[in-house]
Amino acid sequence: MTAYIIRRILYAIPILLGVNILTFVLFFVVNSPDDMARMNLGMKRVTPAAIENWKHERGYDLPLLFNESASGTGRITETIFFQKSLKLFRFDFGSSDSGRDIGYDISQRMWPSLAIAVPVLLVGLLVNITFALLIAFFRATYIDFWGVVLCVILMSISGLFYIIGGQYLVSKLLHLVPISGYDTGLGSVKFLILPVIIGVIGGIGAGTRWYRTLFLEEINKDYVRTARAKGLSEAVVLFRHVLKNAMIPILTGVVVVLPLLFMGSLITESFFGIPGLGSYTIDAINSQDFAIVRSMVFLGSVLYILGLLLTDISYTLVDPRVRLS
Amino acid sequence: MISQLVILWTDALVFLLLLFATLFGIYASRKAHLRGPWRQVVRNKVGVGTLVVLSFYLVVALLDSVHFHPMLDRAELKGADATQSVEVISLFDRLVEGLRERQEKTYSAPLATRLYAKENIELPDGRVIRDFPRLTYGGAHLTDPDSERLPDILRLSAIGIIKGLVVSLAVANVLIMLLAMRSGRSFGAQGRAVLRGATEIPWKTVFYTLALMLMLIFWSAELAAKYHLLGTDKVGEDVFYQALKSIRTGLLIGTLTTLVMLPAAILLGIMAGYFRGWVDDIIQYTYTTLNSIPGVLLIAAAILMLQIYMSNHADEFNSLVERADLRLLFLVIILGVTSWTGLCRLLRGETLKLREMDYVQAATAFGVSNLKIIGRHILPNVLHIVLIAVILDFSGLVLAEAVLSYVNIGVDPTMNSWGNMINSARLEMAREPIVWWSLAAAMIFMFSLVLAANLFSDVVRDAFDPRLRGSR
Amino acid sequence: MTDVLLRVKGLKTWLGEGENPVRAVDGVEFEIRRGETFALLGESGCGKSMTALSLMRLLPPSGRIIQGEAWLGGTSLFDLAEMDMRRERGGRMGMIFQEPMTSLNAVRTVADQIGESVRLHDPENRNDTRSRAVELLKAVGIPDPVRRLDEYPHQLSGGMKQRVMIAMALAGRPELLIADEPTTALDVTIQAQVLALLKDLQQKTGMAVLLITHDLGVVSDVADRVAVMYAGQLIEQATTKRFIRSPAHPYSQKLFQSLPTSGKRGGRLAVIKGSVPKLTQDFKHCRFVDRCDQSMDICTRSEPDWREQGAGGGVRCHLENYPDIRIDQSVTPDSAGTKAVHKSEESLLETRDLKVHFPIHKGVFKRVVGHVKAVDGVDISIAPGRTLALVGESGCGKTTVGKGILQLVRPTGGSARFGGEELTGLTGGALRKRRSRMQIIFQDPVASMNPRMLVGDIIAEGMQAQNIGGSAVSRRGRVLELLEHVGLPADAADLYPNEFSGGQRQRICIARALAVEPRFIVCDEPTSALDVSVQAQILNLLMDLQQEHRISYLFITHNISVVSYLAHEVAVMYLGRIVERGTVEEVLDSPAHPYTQALLSAVPAIDSGSGREVIRLEGDMPSPATPPSGCHFHPRCLQASDECREAYPVSVSLSDTRRVSCFKYRR
Repeated sequence: MTAYIIRRILYAIPILLGVNILTFVLFFVVNSPDDMARMNLGMKRVTPAAIENWKHERGYDLPLLFNESASGTGRITETIFFQKSLKLFRFDFGSSDSGRDIGYDISQRMWPSLAIAVPVLLVGLLVNITFALLIAFFRATYIDFWGVVLCVILMSISGLFYIIGGQYLVSKLLHLVPISGYDTGLGSVKFLILPVIIGVIGGIGAGTRWYRTLFLEEINKDYVRTARAKGLSEAVVLFRHVLKNAMIPILTGVVVVLPLLFMGSLITESFFGIPGLGSYTIDAINSQDFAIVRSMVFLGSVLYILGLLLTDISYTLVDPRVRLS
Repeated sequence: MISQLVILWTDALVFLLLLFATLFGIYASRKAHLRGPWRQVVRNKVGVGTLVVLSFYLVVALLDSVHFHPMLDRAELKGADATQSVEVISLFDRLVEGLRERQEKTYSAPLATRLYAKENIELPDGRVIRDFPRLTYGGAHLTDPDSERLPDILRLSAIGIIKGLVVSLAVANVLIMLLAMRSGRSFGAQGRAVLRGATEIPWKTVFYTLALMLMLIFWSAELAAKYHLLGTDKVGEDVFYQALKSIRTGLLIGTLTTLVMLPAAILLGIMAGYFRGWVDDIIQYTYTTLNSIPGVLLIAAAILMLQIYMSNHADEFNSLVERADLRLLFLVIILGVTSWTGLCRLLRGETLKLREMDYVQAATAFGVSNLKIIGRHILPNVLHIVLIAVILDFSGLVLAEAVLSYVNIGVDPTMNSWGNMINSARLEMAREPIVWWSLAAAMIFMFSLVLAANLFSDVVRDAFDPRLRGSR
Repeated sequence: MTDVLLRVKGLKTWLGEGENPVRAVDGVEFEIRRGETFALLGESGCGKSMTALSLMRLLPPSGRIIQGEAWLGGTSLFDLAEMDMRRERGGRMGMIFQEPMTSLNAVRTVADQIGESVRLHDPENRNDTRSRAVELLKAVGIPDPVRRLDEYPHQLSGGMKQRVMIAMALAGRPELLIADEPTTALDVTIQAQVLALLKDLQQKTGMAVLLITHDLGVVSDVADRVAVMYAGQLIEQATTKRFIRSPAHPYSQKLFQSLPTSGKRGGRLAVIKGSVPKLTQDFKHCRFVDRCDQSMDICTRSEPDWREQGAGGGVRCHLENYPDIRIDQSVTPDSAGTKAVHKSEESLLETRDLKVHFPIHKGVFKRVVGHVKAVDGVDISIAPGRTLALVGESGCGKTTVGKGILQLVRPTGGSARFGGEELTGLTGGALRKRRSRMQIIFQDPVASMNPRMLVGDIIAEGMQAQNIGGSAVSRRGRVLELLEHVGLPADAADLYPNEFSGGQRQRICIARALAVEPRFIVCDEPTSALDVSVQAQILNLLMDLQQEHRISYLFITHNISVVSYLAHEVAVMYLGRIVERGTVEEVLDSPAHPYTQALLSAVPAIDSGSGREVIRLEGDMPSPATPPSGCHFHPRCLQASDECREAYPVSVSLSDTRRVSCFKYRR
């Protein structure tokens, strides 16, 4: 097991390096720092001096890969690739193009993100499994048929509509909770409750339908027939035998996204004005702050790989057949 | 009026895709294993019903994909060779010319006759009052809009619906006649069979859906000619027109993305699964790396870079339309890059299974070359997976466009798309009374397309892979 | 009669809705007495499993009981409310299934799964399910039951899983145990263990067993009475003794005649022509009429009635009304040309110390820490026109030998020479060129043909790859010729494989192999997925082809009766090595190696009463990754001595043709 984890971590290094090189190429080779400066300064104020100044302030005036003017290891380290890309491996995100410490911002903003993402995940899981079990219990009846139709309808509605519709109905018409904003501590609850509910509702269609399939797949297996042949009731068969087996793909599907919860939800957070990492990313995209976008790309990759690792480990925990080697 | 054809990049790809689809259709009709499931699809009520709806969307998108420079009246122009405007419009624009050109000043509600906001109006007698001014086009034919509007709308609706009914009856009769000729039955017998639902293809469902769609079309055509059916937006453009124009964008993103990613996904997926070893390692590494970057961020990064490139090379584009088109193309490519990995992994897994099948071993025992084994034994046996993936991805991509446009990393802001409509409408949500029509229009168009696509893909998947019934 | 436990009357079970439901069970009647073993015998698709599932009311969603009664003692099963039925299921009626691998819940422990039954049906032990579970595991002969309690199914071998299944069924102290093909998925030696266990349990508990099987050997081994099912109906019922001595129905007779045995060597096996009729029709005639060679006029006009024959026996055949025209069809061996070919020439194929090892990777850098020695030093040789049977249980490496010879799996050591040429080092074009001379036929006729290709293209594929057969037109002619050769109509070339039955598909596979005119064919269990009557057709075909074209076969099988029928030589394999080889007479008549002896004794014999003594092997075959030290077989061997634990015995030659690897035999 430890050998496996070590191997996976070693395997992650070339992947992260690949991500690094890819973002490096996108951000510094396809367009030169000069282009970025011009874009950021706006077309009016572009003078060569302003561009140089802008680049110098942000450390973009170094050579890309190899610094001939430096000496010793500085030839390698005094470069954009080393300073801006490789340092990410130390989780040293540097400062944003507007001069803020990205690492600090991330550590502050991940909590609001989690405050929405975790309840959405947990409540959603509970709701979806419950609905899917119900539908599976009444399989091949009208309840099943219309349940699935409802799921398809729910998943055909754009997520944006759930948010806008929810805000309009709950906040604007009924005045139950504020439309947007955020507070610390317990005060945050009134801001969080609507985004969480909307997040759950938005996921019901696809989630329920997917879990229903997992249940139905299990229900057709031989061991279920064995369980019935023992004289177990249908509900017991469903809960004690089918659920436990179907939980394997469900749980591992959840585990893989667990780390990514930190990244927050782009849309929800920006609609509700939650100061999480999602809205952080969106703001960075809109203000074209490339330092932040680069950092988030790297962070996202790390979390994704962590998710894969956790998935494999969780398999060994829930499925007695799987042993890592 | 002869005009010069303009072939945009995406237009070319759309018609290339259409060509592929047709060729595939011909290929499929010769192969029992592909023909069979499709037959099952068209024998399914939901299948044909959604197919009718989808084909209306498709027709609009195709009409909207034939672009040209319109000729201008010579009289208006002084220059010798400036007979063509720089403007690029499509065949579809021509069809709905009125919608495009009747621009109001600013917001107006659906079917309204007056603007949404009060303005200072100078009366003939010189007094200035503050009131809702009449629209330039919407309901301009009415003398007293307040009393005449409702009866007029009802009258137009009735005319539209009747026209729709008549046309659909005519179409149905022609179709029944053709069916009767093919089956050798009498017209009456064929008609009764259709109505009883006794035909193999549920023509009854086809006719009902067709009639519904036609009535809807004629109804909206009648109303849209005199009013703004879905209101106007901030700059006074007809929202109905915008929603219709957005169809092309949505469909293109849903279909071209898969076209772009298919070659890579199929080739790499099969190669990884078939050759294993270091080939597999490299391909797995590639898609794990790409996959590990959150999709939205990769798209954001790429689009931002494109924006920089475009703003620095602004002079390279002839027109706004071309520029927007290039951005759409780029978006489609980058969406393809982020979405091929799923299919690739699926194909790799399936190929791993297939290569251990006895028939592949038998082919190896005959000394059949690897290339031929892939072409003859592997590819045909994974084709249904590709097909299902393509159809399944469609609705997700249409929905994704809206989200991306909302984050400003979708299509060009000047391009008509449901995402842009929602995005601009969102800013007006705080107004009182609320400006809801842009949002509603985009939602309705998007919802009906996605729902139809989802239902259709369910039917297709069930037909091609009964084992996967109802999954995902 | 008071000792009747189960009485089934007029049972009809249909599958599927619509206009043409499958009439899977179409009027079945039988009785099972307390304490007896009643076998329901039939080929696949005849409705025997559906009968059992109907009794348990566990039909798949598409199935429903149309009419009929089933009385378990005084209880009418079909009239019970679902809740009361649940008490019977797992209570008075237990059931075990064919696939022990998939029939247990993989994520719950043995104790859990047995305990569940105990809690439901055994109120006295409700509070101490664990000790009751231990008792049950002991009763089904699982060694070290306490340790097994907390294990998961995947930690148990196939035979052990089936024992756990039986233990679960026993938890409710059933009066009737329904065993649906309980040993079909198991190896012969394990099958012998499980059958013996069932017999033993029956004697101890006095329960009745409804045994569902397709295997005549199993029937004659354990059943007291037998009913033959065909196309949804019972066509014959008798005591097992009577049934084996003189089967009454033409179908039953044919079943016996199509069994390959040593007595039929060199002759052709009887075959049943055609295939089972579709069960979607409403029969107005005898269901067997199209395949019966004793059919009469009346058989096509009316369905025969059930005729009682002695106590509890009966038959459904018109011939019973005309006893005088009954032709005696008892065994007619045709022993012409038995000694067609004899060992004379040098070998066509020869392997020396052939090894196929698969590496096991472990650790951070996936270092190779060991090997699965699937094939570990195999010497065989086959002369032209001869058949060598490679016999062994699943997992012994016999299939890998075949693939290793054909270079479909690359051997890691040793040599394989074909016609004097070394094959192991060959690659690319050099290997490709030789591929036409050796071919392979697989076990599963469904998996061995690309479902997306036409039969004609499938057969022509080899010719095309080998560039033989000339133009496309002449290849086409050759395809049609081959189809005719294997007994299929010419229009088969333009159909897809799924339009053929299992036996027909196997013929197509044979035609495909023949297309490149090979001199040597590896037959990898070519008949084990087929029913007995179809197996006979394929075996006949293979024999004919050998005589016509002097093809050599490496016949890989676990079925001893097939070996005795068609092989010239036999090699017995255990854990990657050959433990004994010799001519078929030598090995089968007087097995020398203890494993061979056990293997042969475990095969259920049809002619029961010959006083066969089963040598019970303990335990299962070890993993080829960690073979036992010394002789691989010693942990299970009843005759093992100390030296067996220390070294692997060298192979000793007992005669010109015979070698054996056992310390019992010394120079």
